[in-house]
Parts: sequence; C-alpha cells; structure tokens
Amino acid sequence: MMLSSAPPQVRSENRVVIAHIYTATTAIVLGALFGLLQGYSRADAIQTPPWFDYYRILTLHGVLMALVFTTFFITGLSLFVTYRSIPRERSLRLGWLGWAVMVLGTAMAAVTILSGNATVLYTFYAPLKAAPTFYLGATLLVIGTWIVAIEIFENVAYFRKAHPGEPVPLVVFCAAVTFLMWWIATLGVVAEMGLLIPWAFGWTHGINVMFTRLFFWYFGHPLVYFWIMGAYIIWYNIIPTRYGGNLFSDGLTRLTFLMLLLLSTPVGLHHEFMEPGIAPQWKMLHTLTTYGVAVPSFITAFAIFASFELAARAKGKSGFAATVANLPWRDPAFAGAAYGMLLFIIGGFGGLINASYSMDSLVHNTIWIVGHFHVTVGGPVALTFVGCAYWMIPKLTGRTLWKPEWALWQTRIWFLGMLIMSIAMHVAGLLGSPRRTESVAYLGSAAAASWEPYMLLAAAGGTLLFISIIMFATVAIGTLVTNDKTADMTVTFATQPPAGEPTPAPLQHIFRWGVLAIVLAVLAYLGPVSELLQHPGYLAPGMRTW
Amino acid sequence: MRMHVHRYERWWMTFGFSMLVLFLCIIFFAAFADNMNPPSGLQQIDPTRVAQTPPFDHPGLRRLSDGKYEVYYVAQIFSFNPQTVTIPAGSTVTFYATSPDVVHGFSIVDTDVNMMVIPGWVNAASHTFRRPGTYLLLCNEYCGIGHANMAAKIEVQ
Ligand code: HEM
Ligand SMILES: [Cu+2]
Ligand SMILES: [Cu+2]
Repeated sequence: MMLSSAPPQVRSENRVVIAHIYTATTAIVLGALFGLLQGYSRADAIQTPPWFDYYRILTLHGVLMALVFTTFFITGLSLFVTYRSIPRERSLRLGWLGWAVMVLGTAMAAVTILSGNATVLYTFYAPLKAAPTFYLGATLLVIGTWIVAIEIFENVAYFRKAHPGEPVPLVVFCAAVTFLMWWIATLGVVAEMGLLIPWAFGWTHGINVMFTRLFFWYFGHPLVYFWIMGAYIIWYNIIPTRYGGNLFSDGLTRLTFLMLLLLSTPVGLHHEFMEPGIAPQWKMLHTLTTYGVAVPSFITAFAIFASFELAARAKGKSGFAATVANLPWRDPAFAGAAYGMLLFIIGGFGGLINASYSMDSLVHNTIWIVGHFHVTVGGPVALTFVGCAYWMIPKLTGRTLWKPEWALWQTRIWFLGMLIMSIAMHVAGLLGSPRRTESVAYLGSAAAASWEPYMLLAAAGGTLLFISIIMFATVAIGTLVTNDKTADMTVTFATQPPAGEPTPAPLQHIFRWGVLAIVLAVLAYLGPVSELLQHPGYLAPGMRTW
Repeated sequence: MRMHVHRYERWWMTFGFSMLVLFLCIIFFAAFADNMNPPSGLQQIDPTRVAQTPPFDHPGLRRLSDGKYEVYYVAQIFSFNPQTVTIPAGSTVTFYATSPDVVHGFSIVDTDVNMMVIPGWVNAASHTFRRPGTYLLLCNEYCGIGHANMAAKIEVQ
C-alpha cells in the first residue's frame, strides 16, 4: 500500500519527530560554521576577535555537534522507529515534553556560551567555572532525553502486554537498549552536575576536581557509544531495505546491542590514562574492558558485509566486484551510511591505538584525537544520520526530496572532505601538534613549523565539509519549501530471512540486562573511587581564566 | 541458550578476538616487563601553597648523578616555570609538575612525555634525551584565553 497521506494519528506523531530532526539539522549547520572558523584560525588564515574568541567558538562547536546535534537526531530517530513499529492511538505528551525540555536546556546553555560566560569547552573541566545557567541548561538537555527514554520504554511495555510471548520488534529493541545504556551513562553527568551547580551558584566554596573528571568520563565514553548505537540502529534496520536485502541475523543484532549496553560504561578511564591520582592498575582494567567493547563492532562489520553479499547472491551475483556493484551507490541514504562505514575503518584502527594504555602518551590531547573523532562521530555517525534524514524526511512529510542529486553529491563531498581533514589531523598529531589551541605557531619553534602544511590541508578539508553541510541544509529546507507531496510514507524495517534461526529467549530481554550493566559499571569504578575517597584532598574554588 | 552461528562468522569472530588478545598481551608485557605505564603520580600537594612547598618553591633542574636529572615545574596560567632548562645529550630526566590554579597539560614534542597536571597532585614522567636540539614543551589542555601561548623550552646540548 502506498501511503502518501497518513492518518491523523501518524501525522501528529510525525510532527514530534520532525521537531527533533530539524532541531538537529539547525545544530549541525551552526556547528559547521564554527568548525570552519576553527580550521581557518589554526591554519593562521584568520584571527578571531576578542568579542568572539576561539575558545567560545570551540565550546559552541563541541556542544552543538557532540551534545546537541547527535542527541536530537537519536531521540528523533528512536521515537520515529518506535511509533512506526508499534502503531496505536497514543498520547504524544511525552514526546513533545522531552523535546521542549531539551530545547530549553540547549537555549540556556547556548546563550550562556554566546555571552562569554561559559568558555569551558564541551568537557567543562573544573576548576574552570561557568555561569550556573550553563550547567543548568546541560542538565535540562539530559533530563529531556530521559523523558524521551520513558516514552520508548512505555511503548515496549505496551507491546509486551498487547503481544505476550512475542519478541519486541527488533528496531524498537535496539532503540530501547540504546536509551537504557544512555540512562545508566547519564547518571554520571547528572552526579557531576550535583557537584557543579551548587558550586557555580556559590553555595559550596570548593569542588573535588578529580571526582568531576571521573564522573565526566564515566559519562563521556558511553556518550560516544550512544552515537554509535544510533548509527547501528540505521545500519542494521534501515540500510538493508535500501538494496532489497535482509538483516543477517536477528539474534546477532540483539546480541550486539546487549554487548554495547554491558560494555560501554566500564571503560571511561581510557580518557584519563595520563592523569595523576589514579593508580595504573585501574587504568589497565579499563584497557581490558575497552578492548572488549570492540567486539560488538567486529560483529557489526561482519553482519553488514554478510548482508551485502547475501543480497548480491540472491540475484545470482557473486564475487567482491559484483557484490559492491550490486549496492545502491546512487541512493543518498545508502551512500551516507556506506561512506560512513568506510571512514569507520580508519576510526576503528585509531581507536585501538588510543585505547592502548601507555601508547596513548604518543597521541593524548594532540590533534590526532580530533582527527580520530571526526572519523568516528563526524563521519560514520554524522554522515549516517544525514543520509538517514534523506530517507526519513519524505516518510515524515510526504514530500519528495528536493534535488536528490545534491543529496548524493553532498555525501561524496563530505567523505572526501572528512578524509582530507582527518588524515591531516592524524599526521599533525603524530608530529606533536596539540588540540584545542587557536594557533599552533608556538613562538616560531621548528616543530611547530612542521605542522603548518597539515593545518592548511585540514582547513581545505574543513571547507569541503562546510560546503557539504550547507548542501544538506539546502536539501532539507528545500524539500519543505517546494512541497512536492508525492512521497511514499510507508516504512518497513529489515528482518532476517524467513529461514533464519529464531532468536534465543535470553536475547529478548532488555531491562534485566540493565541490572548487569549497572553491576559492571560499579565494579569498574569501585577501585578508583574508593582510593580517591581515601585522599579527600583539595577543594578547588572556581576560576574564570578567559 | 543455543544459537547457530555461521562458520565464516565464527572464523571472523575468532580472528578478531585473537587479535585483541594478542594486542592486550603486548600491552601487558610492556607494562610488567618493561615498566611502561602511563604517568600516574599519586603524590598530593596543597595548590594554595605551591610556592612555599619544597621542591616547588624553587622550580628547576636538579642533578642527581651523571646523566640523571630531575626538573620540577610549576604549570600555571599561562606559563611554565622554569621557562628554559639545559641538559647534556644522553641524560635521563624525570619531570615533575603541579598546578596552583586550573588543569594544564604537559607535553614535550618529539618525546613520549605527555601528562595531565591537575591542581592538588604532582604528576611525573621520564625521558632519555638522545638527540641534541631545542625541544618544545607545551600545555595541551585548554586552560583559558592564553592557552596557546603556554610553552617553554628544553635545550639538549
Ligand atoms: C564543517 C565540518 C567540521 C569542521 C570544519 C570541523 C572542524 C573542527 C576542528 C578544526 C576542531 C579542532 C579544534 C581544536 O581542537 O582546536 C574540531 C573539534 C571538534 N569537532 Fe569538529 N568539525 C566539523 C564537524 C564536526 C562534526 C560533524 C562533529 C560531530 C558530530 C564534530 C565534533 C567535534 C568535537 C566534539 C570537537 C572537539 C571540541 C573540543 O575539543 O572541545 N565536528 N572540529
Ligand atoms: Cu572513550
Ligand atoms: Cu593550557
């Protein structure tokens, strides 16, 4: 059945999702502008004025990209797949409330940063002290996502009651596991806010810097897995439908998500390898668990390529070239995800290097790390999301995509731009160039001079990326404006082949795995936390050094 | 629980898993046999009294024996104290650093010296300088508006 004018219930659900997705779009466009300015400043092509200094721009870029764009896209996507997989008459109060709280929080934080009262970067490391509205805004952003999580969990509960004995639809399972992981992770940042907010208001006079850092990275690593799980929802459930293929295996997909739930949190110390105050054995423990969390990504790599191959074989094609040629490279949704996957190969190798304990000293806080997360979150995740938006917007609005060939070129230009920017950053990082600096001149030092060509190359890649994001925004807005209401709004998600194995019962549970995830997180942090409690130490007053 | 896993999938998973185990063995071997651990200073200090606490009351170079040195650094907004130290080529130097204000980074370009400097703690890392030259020491954690100017020199002669 071709659905080009949806029933009122679906139309009002779509409006919630559109609000989330277009907020994400706004964030990525603004974020791209700031990213471009950073690239030019580091290449010494521009100098930022004192009233809009580099670090204010960098705070905006980090917050908008890492926290706002990604989060709004994942909440929108997860609500979308839940609503479409479990059709029913439902109240949309939670979906709207979650969005409104997230927007309010984002606006509070953004205004505070813009006014220069929160130039603390997106990691807001104490004793740097921002105005309280920054921390309050960030907390509201998180609380808004909790409201969305409740909405998704409620639908899971409804489904189980209405269909006893049936497994929750895979795509909803993936979304629910993602939000369960997110909830466990965000407990860390909310605990940190419990220290920061009273301190920012001046109600407490000092803050334990080590605890804020520990709490932040308890949250900070699962944050990146939240993004990756968002991309995996798309890779497993939506991408196979673009080439008429199947999911490789229902059980294996659920296993992947459950492993990510269990292993995303007990790894945060790999961001604190170079820190004092944390004994080496805890850092080593987190090295071990970090290697563990690579396993579900190995499984994913296999499952995706296997699905490509089975789709080609179903058409009687075999061999590498025929399998690649069988894929819909001209479909922007597929192209976005596929180029993202290619970038993720670089990202995966780099990640293993960063995770390698003492080897991290070669790359820690160099621009290599920035290169790394642009080929993980900035490529695989963001490009998959942008590609997915090309698929989703017609399903949400009933409007056919305006200029699909722009959409396609957009994904290609992004891939190229990201490749150039990221490789330049990786190389400069190995040569010692630091991250988070407005210029890398360093008083004419010879080492610093060797970084300059790579900064120029990175700025060139950044320019391509900026052009690409503007093209995305043009297509996203153009589709609304041209109002060509001919799109098919029906949505189907990938399933495993009918002959596939039934999914084992333990892989159908969600919440009881959450208990195990919490136990693992507690075990991983028990050691360092109890040691820090034995050295209560210094309570830092806040400082404003910008 | 029984789940059939395809043969190729099993091979791939075994391969991936074995690689991870191999990498981990190398890391652990380096850590236990060669003592290659990341800087993890566990000594505490009162940041409000850095200027009165020896040895940070007189930051700078100390010679321990032939070819062995220590340098005590105060990393503060937006400079390192000492600004320049001079050591003979071939020396092994242990760097100690602490901060009286916010978090800083301590990275010596072209070496593996790279550590976080956190108020309240003394962090430490060692390096043997084989090649003569001027080494750049820079702050690689954002510490405020003058962060990009926070640098110093190590002369190896
Ligand atoms: C137009 C595209 C983009 C450009 C030109 C760009 C450029 C940059 C540059 C040059 C930096 C390093 C600044 C520094 O360390 O001094 C940076 C940092 C960063 N970028 Fe991007 N970027 C882009 C897109 C993205 C996307 C799509 C994401 C994620 C979704 C992202 C996330 C980040 C994050 C989290 C940081 C770190 C901020 C910090 O260190 O506090 N960027 N970007
Ligand atoms: Cu991490
Ligand atoms: Cu600094």
